[in-house]
Amino acid sequence: MSTFLQQLVNGVTWGSVYALIALGYTMVYGILRLINFAHGDIYMLGAFMGLYASRWFHAAENPSPVKALLVLLTSMLLSALIGMLIERLAYKPVRKSPRLSALITAIGVSLLLENGGVLVFGADPKFFPQLIPQKTIALLPGVTVSNQQLIVLVVSIVLMFALRMFVLHTRTGKAMQAVSHNHMAASLMGISVDRIITITFMIGSALAAAAGVLVALQSPKIEPYMGIMPGLKAFVAAVLGGIGNIPGAVVGGLVMGIAEVMVTGYLSPTYRDAIAFVLLIVILLVRPAGIFGKAVTEKV
Amino acid sequence: MKRVLGPLVALVALLALNRFLPTVLNPYYFQVLILVGINITLAVSLNLVNGFTGQFSIGHAGFMAAGAYGSAMFTVTWGQSLAAAMIAAHVPAPVAQGALLLVSLLLGGGLAAIFGYLVGLPSLRLRGDYLAIVTLGFGEIIRVLILNIDAVGGARGLPGIPQWANFFWVFLVATIVIALAVNLANSTHGRALFAIRDDEIAAEALGVDTTAYKVTAFVLGAFFAGVAGGLFAHYLSYLNPSTFTFLKSIEVIAMVVLGGMGSITGSVLAAIVLTLMPEALRAVKDYRMVIYALMLIVLMITRPQGLMGTRELSWAFLTGKKQGGRS
Repeated sequence: MSTFLQQLVNGVTWGSVYALIALGYTMVYGILRLINFAHGDIYMLGAFMGLYASRWFHAAENPSPVKALLVLLTSMLLSALIGMLIERLAYKPVRKSPRLSALITAIGVSLLLENGGVLVFGADPKFFPQLIPQKTIALLPGVTVSNQQLIVLVVSIVLMFALRMFVLHTRTGKAMQAVSHNHMAASLMGISVDRIITITFMIGSALAAAAGVLVALQSPKIEPYMGIMPGLKAFVAAVLGGIGNIPGAVVGGLVMGIAEVMVTGYLSPTYRDAIAFVLLIVILLVRPAGIFGKAVTEKV
Repeated sequence: MKRVLGPLVALVALLALNRFLPTVLNPYYFQVLILVGINITLAVSLNLVNGFTGQFSIGHAGFMAAGAYGSAMFTVTWGQSLAAAMIAAHVPAPVAQGALLLVSLLLGGGLAAIFGYLVGLPSLRLRGDYLAIVTLGFGEIIRVLILNIDAVGGARGLPGIPQWANFFWVFLVATIVIALAVNLANSTHGRALFAIRDDEIAAEALGVDTTAYKVTAFVLGAFFAGVAGGLFAHYLSYLNPSTFTFLKSIEVIAMVVLGGMGSITGSVLAAIVLTLMPEALRAVKDYRMVIYALMLIVLMITRPQGLMGTRELSWAFLTGKKQGGRS
């Protein structure tokens, strides 16, 4: 039983990281109907921005929670700017093109970020400094949680809550909802669709960057290709929850994280990468629109 | 007469080139040429699914892997000893090896086609991006399965596959796929596929059995991807699961989209360009993949419909005569 609970704790922590990345996928998809394949690479960039930020603030020499927070915020801000640049330079010109062309563009951006990352950061893994010394806290007999896991969990929950408040209760957030329903109608109501799309990309990128920093805090080896698999799986998580649906992305991320950790713990770590997709296929066959997705009936 | 003459000329030409080319090209160029042929097969077969039928498959590497491993396993376990027995019975070596290669390719293609059928089935319920992600999932599952089956080498890879595939076989298959696609495009069945691509509901209302056609497109596309995989295995004589990642699928999709969805000559052209480009960029080493990525983005921004759109390269097109578009 305690092993199971321990796996659950690990799964929820890992799942909240997936959820953070999945949110960016789902928001962009909700507004543009674009699978932003470069999103996983923003997560990678977030980790690297965190690395540079911690060098600027000398956070590795004398770590403190304030500095860790500064590192997180700097990384989120820089990644948001990169997200904006990508949207403006690469995605905006193909917005009116066939969707597959936009998808190939996204794949191109993804390849560019990965290989550009190899050029700029180097292909060998870099070590992320320990911003917060690890401590282990016993929850129950046999069930422990590290303070870093708790930080991951708390930061993710705060960010998700903030996102929910933003989308539901601010003018910009409401404008985002309107744009995701109908671009044309939204722009007729005086909403600047371009601005909303840019903001969506910035928020999504900031969340992915946060996920990058949080993961780097726990497993400090970071390299330019680290975003591919988590990116794919976070996308699967978004589809699982019903793509375009924000609570769905969180639930999908958690399901994915827990399932993966359970498979690693009880079956075999080598099947870990497959379980995500098996889960996906099973759920999509039963509920084609995902757990929370609304089934859209086609109008003739 | 014409129906027999065309294929006969093509066959003789391929056999002649097969003799002639290895003597004039250096081995590196020759290998690139072979890869071009394999990629043409892959791109045209994916075009049957993505371009003709408008279904969105991004797991082509999975089918290729199934075919590659399926055919390689046949050759390694039975094919080699059968070939030795046939040669001992005074069958000329190229004939014996060719015949067995053909069997192994058909088996590999058949295995891939079974997977294609399994992936095609969800397309009855899923559309667009959801289908895309299921195909991606299938591709990954096939790869992880191969990685975990020790009999096929797992992560170590599968070495020791005899090098039976040569220029003749690779380009014979490419020619067959192209001929099939061209004939399909001009047939009732092809029109049905285009109708599904353009408007599935309208097609169904007009009596097109959309389910059967969609699944058929998947099976056909997967079969040829499997055959291409088999050729790949029998040319490089070594297989590794890491060849068949998501990135490989992306490469093939890039060819189809770059060439123009539904354009056969476009796919062929893009397969040639996208195979040669990374090789040509080898001179700039570290910047190679960055330039490749940038070119992909710039091409998509400047020509979102692909190089050819849905048109075909033909004499009428080259000489600038008006041509009825086929879409």
